[in-house]
Formats: sequence, structure tokens, C-alpha cells
Amino acid sequence: MTNLEKYDKLFLDAFRIPREELPGLKYRGIPAWDSVGHMDLMSAMEEAYGISISTPDLLSFSSYEAGKAVLEKYGVEL
Amino acid sequence: MEREEWLALAPYGLDRGQKRALYRSWMARLTAHHRQCCPEYRRLLDALGCPEDALLEPEELPMLPVSLFKQRRLCSVPAGEVFKTLTSSGTTGQQVSRICLDARTSADQQAVLYRIMADRIGRQRLPLLVLDSKKVLRDRAMFSARGAGILGFSIFGSRCCYALDDEMRLDLAAVREFAQKYAGRPMLLYGFTYIVWKQVLQALAQRGERLSIREGVLIHGGGWKKLENQAVGPAEFKAQAARWLGVRQVYDYYGMAEQTGCIYLECPCGHLHASVWSDVLLRRPADYGLCAPGEPGLIQVLSLLPWSYPGHSLLTEDMGVLLGEDDCPCGRKGKYFAVTGRVPQAEVRGCSDTYEG
Repeated sequence: MTNLEKYDKLFLDAFRIPREELPGLKYRGIPAWDSVGHMDLMSAMEEAYGISISTPDLLSFSSYEAGKAVLEKYGVEL
Repeated sequence: MEREEWLALAPYGLDRGQKRALYRSWMARLTAHHRQCCPEYRRLLDALGCPEDALLEPEELPMLPVSLFKQRRLCSVPAGEVFKTLTSSGTTGQQVSRICLDARTSADQQAVLYRIMADRIGRQRLPLLVLDSKKVLRDRAMFSARGAGILGFSIFGSRCCYALDDEMRLDLAAVREFAQKYAGRPMLLYGFTYIVWKQVLQALAQRGERLSIREGVLIHGGGWKKLENQAVGPAEFKAQAARWLGVRQVYDYYGMAEQTGCIYLECPCGHLHASVWSDVLLRRPADYGLCAPGEPGLIQVLSLLPWSYPGHSLLTEDMGVLLGEDDCPCGRKGKYFAVTGRVPQAEVRGCSDTYEG
């Protein structure tokens, strides 16, 4: 699985949504991605890529796209 | 100063004069915004005869009693922009407050809480031991103040462990495993004062089980009311936390659902501090005049954050005493104070009673 496939799968597993909904998906855009869902997603990201996301980056992880930029800061190439 | 600028300030970096200038302009902006966008707030201010566009000193601002949020749903943004209604009940059996949050207010609350906490624990996220049950998070529709507190602090946690099971019993095996796994490393512990005392410290004492979380920082809030009957004060609480958890850094905070984020965190000298994003004024219960220094009074809270509801100037039902300003030995600027208890019967009511004309 590539890093991008892994990234998508974490979203799909966390929020139980179809793949077409990923582009443009925003924090609080769907009921499942609320603050509880967000922390679960962050833990899953950290575990999957072996990284530790700082609090400011966790707060700026505000959409499917913004999350990619955050991961790139931690050397995860998508 | 613009919003982006004050969000970026050092948490305790403004002295009295600087803070007054900031609050003079921003409280006027917030009052005007809420007056324009919240019809109930406008009617209240009109009824009180508050002139529009008045540039008031912070002491002269109209203030709403917090109990008003239990009686009415006050909102200053279009209904479609409210994505969460925070509820709280100070005491069981009472009506709950309903606070409407939009994306901006909620994001500012999180950012400010982060800045206040980073001042104490640094920028890294730490292993987090939540001294509560995960159950309080499950019912997301009824978002309690306890759930909101846990979620608010969860952004500081990397790995997270809940110390209590669904029946609120101490899960000693889980706690022991967590403490061992991160032994010797900084760790954050968070919980409500009464629950930490009753369900964690007393449970450990009953079993005679002493943990050794020596690098842990315990942050707790929610008030001492329920512990007063048991004659437990801050010193006893700290001593027992050190004895049973091994934690030597224990900080209380004062905060409320009606002004989330800008908490008043205890400093190493044992004083609650106002950050640049909020402030306290002490008022005489008899006539709501300002207290003299050292005189106990009702706590009024000002905050720069409330945008989606008119909560920027509130009269609480808590009593406190101002200890000083800009001169705490810990070096933090701003006011520092102590909370001394609740108003008997919490009978502060009626806006017109609380307005200083």
C-alpha cells in the first residue's frame, strides 16, 4: 500500500464514508469528523506513519487536503 | 490590535496599562457586535439604557449573569453557523446553560487553551492519563462540560488512557500499565477535581496502591464545592496526589462552560492567573460595586473570545478575592486571585440588578 492509499484508508475506516467524499472533506463537514473523531483520526495517523503530530499541526489538520500538507511536514510523502 | 495579533500574544505578557487599552477597544467591538446580532442582548441593553457606541472602561461594561444562559438561548451568529451547543450544569438538578459555538469561537478557544497550556507543559504533546471514564464522551449530542473539558485537553495528549471504566471504577491494571510504559517521561494527567479525589486518589488509598508518576503534571478543575463537606482543600489535595500518584506538579484551574478556553491556571506559587485573553473583576454582592483589594466578592469575567454568543462580560455565581496584579513572584503579568466558594443559594439574577450605570 502506498502512503496515499494508507492515508485514504485511515479516513475511510475512521468515518465510514465512500471514497468519492474524500476530496474537499472538511473537519466538522460531516457528523463523524467532530472533535472526538478528529482525535481518533490523529492517533491513527500517528500510529500508521510512526510520527508524533504537534498540537498546532493537529489544529491545522482541518481538511482532507490540509492534512496532506501536515503529514509532508513530518516527512511523509504522499 | 486585531484578532490575529491578540491571539498571538504571550499568554501573560501584558501589564495593566496594555491590557486595559486592549480591553477598552475589544470589549466595545464585542458589545457592538452582540448588540447588532443578538436581538435579546440588544433588548436588554436598550432596556438598561446602555448608550450605543459608548467607549466604556472595563469596569463599566454591562454584564450578564451566567444564569441567563440557563434561561435563554442567546446567539449572535446565524443558526446555520452554530455547529455545537455546549451545555453545562453547575449543580445537579439545576437547569443547564446552553452556549452556541461557531467555528471561529471554537477555534479561538482551542488556540488559546493551547497557548495557556504550552506555557506550562511545552509544545509537545504528552502521554495523557484522563482521570475519568470514556463514557462521558460517548453521548455527543448532550455535550457535557466534563466531556468538553476532556476533549479540550485531549489535544495535548499523544497516547491516551482513561483511568476509570464505564462504571466509574478505577481501572488499576490500565493505569499501572500506562504509568510503566511512559515511566521517567513527562506525562499529563487531567480530570475534574472531585472525581480525581473521589474515584482516583481515594480508590488508590483504599487499595494501598502507590504509583510513581514522578514526571507527571496533573491539571484539574471544576471547583471545590463538593469537597468542602469533606474538608479537603488545595494543600491536602496536592499532598494526596503526591502520595498516591507520585505527581509533584499539581495545578488547579478555574473555568466555566460559558467562557471555555481562556482558563485561569494555577501558577507554581499557587495563584490562579488571568491570561491576556480574559480578565476578572471582583464585585460586592450587595451593590455590585468594585471590591477593594483583598476584599472577597463576586467574580465577574471578561473574555475576548465569545463571538457566537454574548458572553464577553459575565457575572458568575462564584466568590473570589483578588490577590494582586502584575507582581506575582512567578513572574507572570496580569491579575491573580483565589476562588473562595459559591454564592449562597446562587441568587444572582436579573440583568438590571447587575448593571452599573
